[in-house]
Amino acid sequence: MITFTTTINGKSYTRTVEARLLLSDFLRHECGLTGTHVGCEQGACGACTILLDGQAVRSCLMFAVQAEGHAITTVEGLSDDPKNLHPLQQAFRDEHALQCGFCTPGILMSMVPFLAENPTPDEATIREALSGNYCRCTGYQHIVCAIQRAAGVKPKNAHPE
Amino acid sequence: MSTYFGKRIPRNEDPRLLTGQALFVDDVQLPDLAHVAFYRSPYAHARILSIDVSAALARPGVIGCYTAQDLGDYWSPGPLLVSPPPTIERKIFHQRTQVPLAKDKVRHVGEPVVMVVAESRYIAEDALDDIWVDFEPLGVVVDLEQALQTDAPLIHEDLPSNMGAQVIQEKGNYETAKAQAAVIIARRIVYDRGPSVAMENRGVVAQWDSRTQRLTVWDSTQAPVFIRGGLAAMLGLSESQVRVVAPFIGGGFGPKIMMFYPEEVLLPWLAIRLKRPVKWIEDRQENFYATTQERSQIHHCELALTQDGKILGLRDEFLHDGGAYMPYGLTVPLNSQANSLGGYIIPNYYSEFKAVFTNRTIVTPYRGAGRQHGTFVIERLLDHAARELGIDKAEIRRRNFIQPEQFPFNNEIIFQDFAPLMFDSGNYEPVLDKALEMIEYERFYREIQPQARAEGRKLGLGVVFYIEGTGIGPYEGARVQVEASGKVSVATGIGTQGQGHFTSFAQIVADQVGVRPQDVMMVTGDTDQFHWGAGTFASRGAVVAGNAIHAAAQDVRQKILHHAGEVLEAAPDALEIVAGQVRVQSDPTRSISLGKLAQRANPMRGAVEPGTVPGLESTNYFGPRYGATAFGAHAMIVEVDEATLQLKIHKYVVVHDCGKVINPLILDGQIHGGVAQGIGNAFYEQLHMDENGQLLNASFMDFLIPTALDVPHLEMAHTETPSPLNPLGVKGAGEAGAIPVGALFAQALEDALGLEINEIPISPQKLFELTATAEALA
Repeated sequence: MITFTTTINGKSYTRTVEARLLLSDFLRHECGLTGTHVGCEQGACGACTILLDGQAVRSCLMFAVQAEGHAITTVEGLSDDPKNLHPLQQAFRDEHALQCGFCTPGILMSMVPFLAENPTPDEATIREALSGNYCRCTGYQHIVCAIQRAAGVKPKNAHPE
Repeated sequence: MSTYFGKRIPRNEDPRLLTGQALFVDDVQLPDLAHVAFYRSPYAHARILSIDVSAALARPGVIGCYTAQDLGDYWSPGPLLVSPPPTIERKIFHQRTQVPLAKDKVRHVGEPVVMVVAESRYIAEDALDDIWVDFEPLGVVVDLEQALQTDAPLIHEDLPSNMGAQVIQEKGNYETAKAQAAVIIARRIVYDRGPSVAMENRGVVAQWDSRTQRLTVWDSTQAPVFIRGGLAAMLGLSESQVRVVAPFIGGGFGPKIMMFYPEEVLLPWLAIRLKRPVKWIEDRQENFYATTQERSQIHHCELALTQDGKILGLRDEFLHDGGAYMPYGLTVPLNSQANSLGGYIIPNYYSEFKAVFTNRTIVTPYRGAGRQHGTFVIERLLDHAARELGIDKAEIRRRNFIQPEQFPFNNEIIFQDFAPLMFDSGNYEPVLDKALEMIEYERFYREIQPQARAEGRKLGLGVVFYIEGTGIGPYEGARVQVEASGKVSVATGIGTQGQGHFTSFAQIVADQVGVRPQDVMMVTGDTDQFHWGAGTFASRGAVVAGNAIHAAAQDVRQKILHHAGEVLEAAPDALEIVAGQVRVQSDPTRSISLGKLAQRANPMRGAVEPGTVPGLESTNYFGPRYGATAFGAHAMIVEVDEATLQLKIHKYVVVHDCGKVINPLILDGQIHGGVAQGIGNAFYEQLHMDENGQLLNASFMDFLIPTALDVPHLEMAHTETPSPLNPLGVKGAGEAGAIPVGALFAQALEDALGLEINEIPISPQKLFELTATAEALA
């Protein structure tokens, strides 16, 4: 067992865990932050994406203890208040960019740093950035629209308001 | 009176999902929770000689290991979910359903053999490596045609062959029609398997509370009501002792309506036995073996036509892969049988299928559920006929369409819901015309393709038509209640897997009760809240549950008006409900809020009239006579890279008609997702299996599902032909997007490359083989 300290959504956690405990399992089952979802445990689907020191990483490909000294942001760190959404969360709602919602937290956490680096991305750039996250419900079109909306770009198939 | 019905309204469920506050099965955390993992068969077909779990039991943290023997009388094959239609006369069906843990022999890779429960999932998985099972491998059947050969190994040894079922349906006389035909188009058509790949794998959490004597099961199921009834019966409990909750589900697509998965039977049993809550969450690799799949069929089909392209008859004989067991009856091949008729007048039809047991994962409906096979058959045959007869491919479809005045149209065969295959309403030609217009059909063949060819580029266009039988019975129900807060609660038995029920159903209620959709609190899939109904499947939620909710909301409206009439001293029909207030139309200052009325309808003291029913509440039900049939056309322009045989979709249009639309935003999403899944099925996704029944690509590293780079921007248009079968005039839309994509890809790629395609999935590799064959023949 290893004792380590990490910061999650601005709060410090010191825990003693098995070295092999995945960061995704730690977040979900030890910290109760169940917004981070697990879809493949192979780093392929992207559902478990979180921010580690501001960079998008797959929490299923890290051991919890590797987060020692790092700052983690999960989807709850964007906003965990359904009545007060983060602008990207709001854009996803406005554009109907989620259906079952299982992959959504991972996509949000991938897109936050992407938009920080690409404030006005074109559709091709968005699709390239999105290609690391699987979604089985939406066909991606409304997700692309939501990211455009969040970036202040008019979505291609802008809906009549 | 539709303020909200038909409006593009963002979803009520989104804020919880977007902030990580929605409950999925794996989010359930309980004190003292124990964790389950399964030892699954590594063989596709083998006899179990012995099982040794002693080393696993000795591992610290392991609580128990259970084999089929340990289940005692609880061990039983699962129920048959859908019997073959009693209305079909010419049929054979051998009922063989899955078992909770394999006894004596295993019949597919991934079949559970031992259940391990431990203090953590990590320990439970460690213990799987401690288990020793002595298997005697048996001959393996993976190929559909080989399965029926006389020397094939028998999967169910008490049956004379691997044929699980045979059905013949016939209308008119195909042989007579054939004798009069100018041309006969005959082909062998193959449609291969795919998994549904919901992003959330399956999961079950079970808790037995010995003080209240109640069992609670959180289950990633599409049919919580039936799970509750079944579990109560199996466990010897009263139904009132069992609560099944299908919370937010991370994608269903059909396989989550399969019942009962072994894990659904075993976890509740284990929770009661251990007096501890237990959790099992499927991992992605298990999902590739243990969650049901669909699709393998081989068709030998022929179409008889006149010289001017009119269909005289269709003959289709096909093999359907049922997998190792057939718990879902014949729903999938019956859908194929129905969809082979397309939206066309086919006066003479002979269809015969054999459903075959194989040493592969069980087959149950997956989005489309056999419909894409039928659509592929008829659309492919029409394409080949058009070419042979020198008729334009859009025109040959137009010449055979059922005409608007012919509805309701009786196809004279039996559908999966046991009722005659009737198409309730339709107007097909405008949909095809709109698709042709949007894809610029004439311009493509006049300018674009010739120009591309002159530049040496391979451009092709596809345009196909499809129908989707939706909204079948038996029934659904709902309870609608105005609460003292003035807000409205609604409960229905079906589960939700992303379809937007919290919003579309709220829109229906809001219009009747005079509140905003965000003031309607939906509960789906919790049997403590509502315990009647069948489930979410067959594109039926909006149609069947939607109309039940509509009926209950109408009742509540009448109650509101009746009570308000008494208070406001006005006739009910002189009242209106606006923004949560009931008021006199001619004098809006005379009003009362819904909340006050609700309190008044549930008095705490005083006398009421005998027979008074409390509350502004109603429970009502809806069941249609038969399903509502949606339809549409897809068209696509695709370019194939000659060197890599990768493709680029330049334009993709969908014209769809599912009757009245509750929420166009949600509908668009359903279509987008269906098309994306169809594209995966058509070009990216194939389960590669060796001759021993071993999957060679059972991971997301090896199995490709489409990403944002592979699914094009879709251009959509809708027409609205209401269904006469329900008061809302709606038809289902859940599966439509996925149905015609295979047929579309085949036609467009043929057009681009000048070869013939009679199989799905296609892939760059497959195109390479077909091109090489075509060149060798040329």
